[in-house]
Amino acid sequence: MLYIVISFLFLAIVLYFLLGGADFGAGIIELFTSEKNRHRTRKTSYEAIGPIWEANHMWLIIAVVIMFVGFPVIYSTMCTYLHIPLLIMLLGITARGTAFAFRNYDAIKGEKTQNLYNKVFVYSSFITPLFLGIIAGSAISRQIDMHPVSYLDAYIFSWLNYFSVAVGLFTVALSGYLAAIYLIGQADDDNDAKRFITKAKAMNILAVLFGGLVFIASEIEHIRLAHWIFGNPVSLTAVIAASISLLISWVLINKGKRKIIRIAAGFQVTMILLAVGYMHWPYLIMTKDGQNLSLFQYQAPEKTIKVLAEGLMIGSLLILPSLFYLYYSFQKKEETV
Amino acid sequence: MGYICTVSYLFKNMDDFIAARSQMAISLGFHIIYSCIGMVMPVFMAISHYKWIKTGEPVYKNITQAWSKGVAIFFATGAVSGTILSFELGLLWPKFMEHAGPIFGMPFSLEGVAFFIEAIALGFFLYGWRRLNKWFHWFTGILVGISGIASGILVVSANSWMNNPAGFDFINGQYVNIDPIKAMFNGSWFSEALHMTLAAFSATGFAVAGIHALMIARKQNVTFHTKAFKIAIVFGAAAAILQPFSGDISAKNAANKQPAKLAAMESYFHTVPYSPLTIGGFPDTAAKKNKFSIEVPGLLSFLVYDNFKQPVAALDQIPVKNQPPVAVTHIAFEIMIAIGSTMMLVGVLYFVALWKKRSWLSRKWFLYLFILSTPFGFIAVEAGWTVTEVGRQPWIIQGVMRTSEAVTPMPGIAYSFYLFTAVYIILSIAVIFLLKRQIKMVPQLYDR
Repeated sequence: MLYIVISFLFLAIVLYFLLGGADFGAGIIELFTSEKNRHRTRKTSYEAIGPIWEANHMWLIIAVVIMFVGFPVIYSTMCTYLHIPLLIMLLGITARGTAFAFRNYDAIKGEKTQNLYNKVFVYSSFITPLFLGIIAGSAISRQIDMHPVSYLDAYIFSWLNYFSVAVGLFTVALSGYLAAIYLIGQADDDNDAKRFITKAKAMNILAVLFGGLVFIASEIEHIRLAHWIFGNPVSLTAVIAASISLLISWVLINKGKRKIIRIAAGFQVTMILLAVGYMHWPYLIMTKDGQNLSLFQYQAPEKTIKVLAEGLMIGSLLILPSLFYLYYSFQKKEETV
Repeated sequence: MGYICTVSYLFKNMDDFIAARSQMAISLGFHIIYSCIGMVMPVFMAISHYKWIKTGEPVYKNITQAWSKGVAIFFATGAVSGTILSFELGLLWPKFMEHAGPIFGMPFSLEGVAFFIEAIALGFFLYGWRRLNKWFHWFTGILVGISGIASGILVVSANSWMNNPAGFDFINGQYVNIDPIKAMFNGSWFSEALHMTLAAFSATGFAVAGIHALMIARKQNVTFHTKAFKIAIVFGAAAAILQPFSGDISAKNAANKQPAKLAAMESYFHTVPYSPLTIGGFPDTAAKKNKFSIEVPGLLSFLVYDNFKQPVAALDQIPVKNQPPVAVTHIAFEIMIAIGSTMMLVGVLYFVALWKKRSWLSRKWFLYLFILSTPFGFIAVEAGWTVTEVGRQPWIIQGVMRTSEAVTPMPGIAYSFYLFTAVYIILSIAVIFLLKRQIKMVPQLYDR
C-alpha cells in the first residue's frame, strides 16, 4: 500500500511539473515575446489553456495532501525550514491564477486594467516555477539546518544558495520549453508556429545551460550531484534517455511534427524528473547534519496509508478519465462564448 | 491619535503566536466567503440553465451565462485561497499537522478529489457552450455545484474533528490506534456540515438576491433581474428557515462535547438549576457576570436537555486555563443568532408573499428589505465561524493539543500576517470591482 501512495505522489509531482509547468510556461513565453507579437501569443495560450488550467494546478493540491496525510513529518519539516520560499510560491500562485481569471472575466476590456492583469500574470508565471524549483533544490541541498544558531541559518540559507537557485532557473527554462512545444501545436498560422518553434529551441538551449549551472553549483556547495545521478543505473539510464529524446525532439521540431514533439518533450522532462527523483531515493529531505528524511522511516501509521491508498485509487478512477476527456474535447479549436 | 498608537504598538509588538492565529483567521475568514459562493452559485446557475433548456426562454440562458462568469471569478479566488490554506496549515501549525495529518487527513484527500472534479467540470461548463451535447453541458454545470458542496462538507468534517477528536487514542503523549475513517465520521461532523451547508445556501442566496433586488429597484433589465432574484431567494429563504433547527442540533452537540464552548457562547458563569439563556449584553469576565443582558431562567436547560430544571455546566466547572475567550465567543454568537433570526423572518415573509400576497413582490419596501439583507448571511457566517474557532480555544485539538503548542518556531510571523492581510484585501477589492463591472455590463453582454 505504501508503494501505491508513493507512486501517486510521484505521479502528482510529474503531472504538476508537465501540465502546471507548461501552464506557467505560457506566461514565461508571453514575458519573452516582443511587444508586437504579445497579443497573438496571448490569444493562442488563452485558447490552449483556458479550459484546462484550473485542472492542471490540482496536481499540486493532490501532492500536498499526500504529503501531509502520508508523510506528515516530512511535510512539517519542509513547512518550517522552507517557510519563506513556500510563502513566495503561494503569493505567485495566487497572483497568477487570479490575474489569468480576471483578465478573461473582466466585463470591460479596458487597456489599463488589461495591462495590469498581463503584467501580474507574466511576472508571477516566472516567479512561481522559480520558487518551486528552489524548494525542490533546497530539499536535497543539505542546507536545511535542524540545529540552527541564527535566524539566517534556519530560514534563509536553507534555500538561498547557488544550488537551489540554479535548480529554480532550470525549472523555469523547462517550463518555458514545455509551453512552447505545446503552443506549436495550437498555433493559428505558420507565422505563429515559427515563433513558438524559435522559442522552444531557445528555451531548450537555456535548459541545457541552466542544467550545466546546476552541476557547477552542486560542486560549489559540495553536493555530490554527479555521483548521485551517474552512480545508479536508474538515474543514469534516465539521463541517457532524456539526452536521446532531446536530440529526437530537435529533429522533430525542425521537421514541423506538431503533435509528436509533445510526446518527445514530455518524455524528456519525465526522464529528467525520474533521474533526479531516483538519485536520492528514498530520501525526500537531506539536512546539514546528515539526518535524511526517508519516505519509509517517516510514513504515517499503516491504517492511514491503507485508507489513503484506497482513496487515491478510487479518486483516480473518477479523475483520470474525465481529465482525458476534457483534454480530448478541447483539442479541436472553436470560438468560446 | 490613540488609534495610530494602537496600530504602531501592534506593528512592533505583535507576538508570533497571536500573529499566526490572526493570519489563520484572516485566511479562513476570506476563504469561507469565496468558497460559500463558489459552491452555491453553480447550483443557481444549473437551475437557470435547466429552465432555459426546458422553456427555451432566452432570459434564462442570459442569467446562466452571467452567473457563470461570477462562478468563474469566485472559483479562481476560492481555488487560490484554498491552495494557500493547504500550505498554511503546515506553515503556521507544523506540530499540529505532524500529529493530526494522518488522523484527520482523510477528508482532505477526498476533498482534493472533489475539488479536482469541480475544476474539470468547470472547464467543460465554461467553454462547452457550443461544443457539448446540451444535457451533458447541463450535467457538467450541476456537477460543479455537487462537487463544490461535497468539498465543503469534507473540509468542515476535518474541522469538526478538531472540535470533537475521534479515531485515535492519546496515551502518554502518543497518538496510537489511528483510524482515519472514525476520525472523519466523528460525533460532530454531521451537525457541523449541515449547519455550514445551510449557512452557505442562505448567505449566498440572500447576497445574490439582494444584488438583483437592487437592480430591480433601479428599474434596470427588470425581467432578467426578477427571474434571477427568484431562483436565488427561494434557496436563501428555505435555508434560512431550516437553519435554526440545525443550530439546535449543533448547540446540543456542543453541550455534550464542548461544554466550555457552549458556556462561553451563552456567557454563562455559574452552574445553577433552571439554567438561564443569556440574551445580549456584555460579559464582564473579571466579575463573572453580564452587563445589560436579559436572562431567561430555565431556557438554556430546556434547549440543551429538553427540561427546564436540569443544570447545564457553566464556566465555573472548567479550569480557567482551559476556558475560551468569553466576550468574543458570546458576542459573535449573539450576532449570529440575531442575524439568523432576522433572515428567517425575511425568508418567511418571502414565502408569504409568494403564496398569499403576490402584490408585495413588486413593492418598494419589499425590495428594500432584501437589498438591506444582502450582507446579512455573510456577517452571520463570519460570526458563526468565530464562535466555533474562538470557542474551541485554547485547544487546536479539543482536550488534546493546545494551539500554542502547535505554532511554528519561525519568528517574525507578524510580517507574514500583514502581507496576507494585504493580499486578501486586494483580492477582495478586485473581486468586488469585477462583479460591479459584470453587473454594469448586463445590458450589453447578457440581456440585450
